[in-house]
Amino acid sequence: MSDAALQAAPQTKARGYWATVGRRILHDKVSMACALILIAIFLSALIAPWLGLADPYQGSMIRRLRHIGTPGFPLGTDELGRDMLARLVYGGRLSLIVGISPVILAFCIGSSLGLVAGYVGGKVNTAIMRTVDVFYAFPSVLLAIAISGALGAGIVNSIVSLTIVFVPQITRVAESVTTGVRNRDFVEAARASGAGPFTIMRVHILGNVLGPIFVYATGLISVSMILAAGLSFLGLGTKPPEPEWGLMLNTLRTAIYINPSVAALPGAMIFAVSICFNLLSDGLRSAMDIRN
Amino acid sequence: MLVYVARRIVYVIPIVVSVALVCFMLVHITPGDPLVAVLPADASQELAAQLRAAYGFDRPLPVQFGLWLWRAVNGDLGHSIATGRPVLTEVMRAVGNTVTLAIAAAMIGFTLGLVFGLIAGYFRDGWIDKLATSFAIAGVSVPHYWLGMVLVIIFSVELNWLPAVGAGPGGSGAWGWDWEHFRYLILPAITTSVIPMGIVTRTVRALTGDILSQDFVEALRAKGLRETGVFRHVVKNAAPTALAVMGLQLGYMLGGSILIETVFSWPGSGLLLNSAIFQRDLPLLQGTILVLALFFVILNLLVDIAQAAIDPRIKRG
Amino acid sequence: MSETSLSVEMLKPVEDRGGAAQPLLEVKGLTKHFPVRGELFSARKTVRAVDDVSFAVLKGETVGIVGESGCGKSTTARLLMHLMPRDSGAIVYDGMQVGQALSLRDLRRGMQMVFQDSYASLNPRLTVEESIAFGPKVHGMADSAARALARELLGKVGLRPETFANRYPHEISGGQRQRVNVARALALSPRLVILDEAVSALDKSVEAQVLNLLVDLKREFGLTYLFISHDLNVVRYISDRVLVMYLGEVVELGPVDEVWDRPAHPYTRALLAAMPSSDPDRRTQTPPISGDPPNPIDPPAGCRFHTRCPFAEPLCAKATPKLFPLNSMGHQAACYMAIPGSGHSRAPAKGNHAA
Repeated sequence: MSDAALQAAPQTKARGYWATVGRRILHDKVSMACALILIAIFLSALIAPWLGLADPYQGSMIRRLRHIGTPGFPLGTDELGRDMLARLVYGGRLSLIVGISPVILAFCIGSSLGLVAGYVGGKVNTAIMRTVDVFYAFPSVLLAIAISGALGAGIVNSIVSLTIVFVPQITRVAESVTTGVRNRDFVEAARASGAGPFTIMRVHILGNVLGPIFVYATGLISVSMILAAGLSFLGLGTKPPEPEWGLMLNTLRTAIYINPSVAALPGAMIFAVSICFNLLSDGLRSAMDIRN
Repeated sequence: MLVYVARRIVYVIPIVVSVALVCFMLVHITPGDPLVAVLPADASQELAAQLRAAYGFDRPLPVQFGLWLWRAVNGDLGHSIATGRPVLTEVMRAVGNTVTLAIAAAMIGFTLGLVFGLIAGYFRDGWIDKLATSFAIAGVSVPHYWLGMVLVIIFSVELNWLPAVGAGPGGSGAWGWDWEHFRYLILPAITTSVIPMGIVTRTVRALTGDILSQDFVEALRAKGLRETGVFRHVVKNAAPTALAVMGLQLGYMLGGSILIETVFSWPGSGLLLNSAIFQRDLPLLQGTILVLALFFVILNLLVDIAQAAIDPRIKRG
Repeated sequence: MSETSLSVEMLKPVEDRGGAAQPLLEVKGLTKHFPVRGELFSARKTVRAVDDVSFAVLKGETVGIVGESGCGKSTTARLLMHLMPRDSGAIVYDGMQVGQALSLRDLRRGMQMVFQDSYASLNPRLTVEESIAFGPKVHGMADSAARALARELLGKVGLRPETFANRYPHEISGGQRQRVNVARALALSPRLVILDEAVSALDKSVEAQVLNLLVDLKREFGLTYLFISHDLNVVRYISDRVLVMYLGEVVELGPVDEVWDRPAHPYTRALLAAMPSSDPDRRTQTPPISGDPPNPIDPPAGCRFHTRCPFAEPLCAKATPKLFPLNSMGHQAACYMAIPGSGHSRAPAKGNHAA
């Protein structure tokens, strides 16, 4: 664009970066479909008590393991005779909470640690990153189970355990991105204008760094959901009789010989949510790619 | 090169010690009395005190750690509270089974992943790319323990082709190298291979696409090099990163096998970990976590060294 | 900055303390070494990026710094801007020692820099106006006043504020970005502006426009420039005096026409001889310089140029020659051939100056 041509052009409203990203995502059919599915699942979990469902805790041994399509029980019943549809919808609450909270917590903690490590550098960076390296020496599943095993079963313990597993990963990404941004000329220029470190972090670094970290974190959600349900599957997470997809898989395991399709339902929910988050995360990543 | 290896090994030592420390601490933050699994409910104070001294639980923690570490270095990881057998023997036997499972899964998953990834990378944005990518995304999104259950439903319950649990006839825990035993390996191996397959496909696809879009490939083709020759170059350039990813996935399979082993009752280190947790068998728990973590660390080290050996950019510094 | 024609509020420039005779910037013995991580068992090596560099910049002049890649020009700029700590040496701004009589914060208002990479110098998430207004706001200006100043400065650098104020860096061209960078530097009302290869990355026609803009702004705002470049023609066009740097040291300095017409140091001569000429009668037959550029890690002992110098003699390898005045016009060179009685076969006899 030559200077003269641009000077003559009518003034156009400049498009902000996030506005461009938003526009791209809205046009991405796959991402939008996933977003809609997720919103539907979230909403149904949220307003579950008002959906006119059966009581998820009410069971009767006479009606155990009914098949899908039984009148009155559209998705069948579980091993204690409780309505599967209700259990699945209510189960979404716990599954989503235990699956997503660790990522949110790890995002906050890990970003802060990574930002500090990346911006300050030097000994602080070494201290933080070497500690992170120690946790990286464990495979995630092993670490999650070991911590859960140590702390005991329970929802809070699951969330704590998974947060500990994800903080190192997010810290690494945050540190790497922050170091990259910190060495760019515009940060030097900001330092040259006399701004203090907090101002520079707020105005110049945060905006450029949170994006990539956020995309990485959304990619972690599917792993988190699978791990959280996995912990419940092993008996280290949610305790009965609470409905939760992983726990339901556990208790329905022996039922695969009698009513396989009902037994497989909770896992299908985990799969669906997980794949939607992954596709959404991929869509977000390509929408944020400046090269496009 | 040798210097690089030496430097990496030196760097690993503090990691190993820290890992041992974490293993030790993990078990000792467990609420509850470590002896609760062994003591009868009405045990007297004296008996409890005697047992505590015998297991060394009455010493201060740093001393316990030092003793445990020293013994571990000499190969003694204590004895399982539940079975009384030496922990190291139990763990190594179980790890052997997990290694069998992991290698079988790796053969399936890595081969498929490489093939899908290469095809997808070469035919970027075509229908075959979309197909391969869909497989890959499904692979990494699927809860593998659920997939195991589904495969059991299809192949064991409905079709009755393959066994559902165990490593040998009758669901036994003993492994042997014959066709009878292989039947028990098929479903667990396929289940385990799915996630690595997905990850390898995505990685190789991205790598291949990247390399093929680089200028030197155009230069090679312009010089008249046939596609098979170009392919060799692609493989050489993609190899270091692909190998690193595969090594990492192998490590995850070794260390994170607990979920699948639980579904199939496969007698590996994961199942051992499971029983150790629920029986509160602390020595076994400590030992298993330590061995698995160390395997992972050493595997990562080997992968780093292998990568340095084949990637000239790292070799030359 | 002197009285300007701006209609909006501006930051007060740092006061002129010393008067016209006081150099605006004095650099004495500036040194910066970087440690290099060597192999596991070998000795620690250092990159002697800037070694004992001294010069002065008078008020209102443009001093050029030339040299090839790796000679230490950009490091010097960053040391002057206090963007990295120096190992030793003094930096004196208008007679005030930085860190003592003059605080770092005030120095930031007195001295600003324009970087080479126009895109990397601007925060991609901020509009042009926000980027320019950032500096004044840091020093206490109100947001609305800062934005008004930003728009006014945009006009001064040749960009219509109505069109450009709300643009993002990726929406404008390289030349326009560099103008924005200049406006950003001026927003703090500095008296000295360091231009670190500021036009090197631009297309030739755009480069010419920006250079002319710089000349105009210098006159309008009463600025002093330190112009770093590897392009000898551009340096000649814009500078009053010039410094030639080689491997971290100043090897020659003086009025630009004097140095260009009568280069004293063999390196300067080689640099000038290497400039291609479009005159077919003046073709270059032999390369003016031989040998490979040495490694900045552990440079040669003595005169750093002696390994490539056609006039090198044994004494050149023993000790580094210091800058020696060649005449009364301020032309100095660091070469034994110019120092009377140095022992070099081409040096003038003691008591005489070089021809």
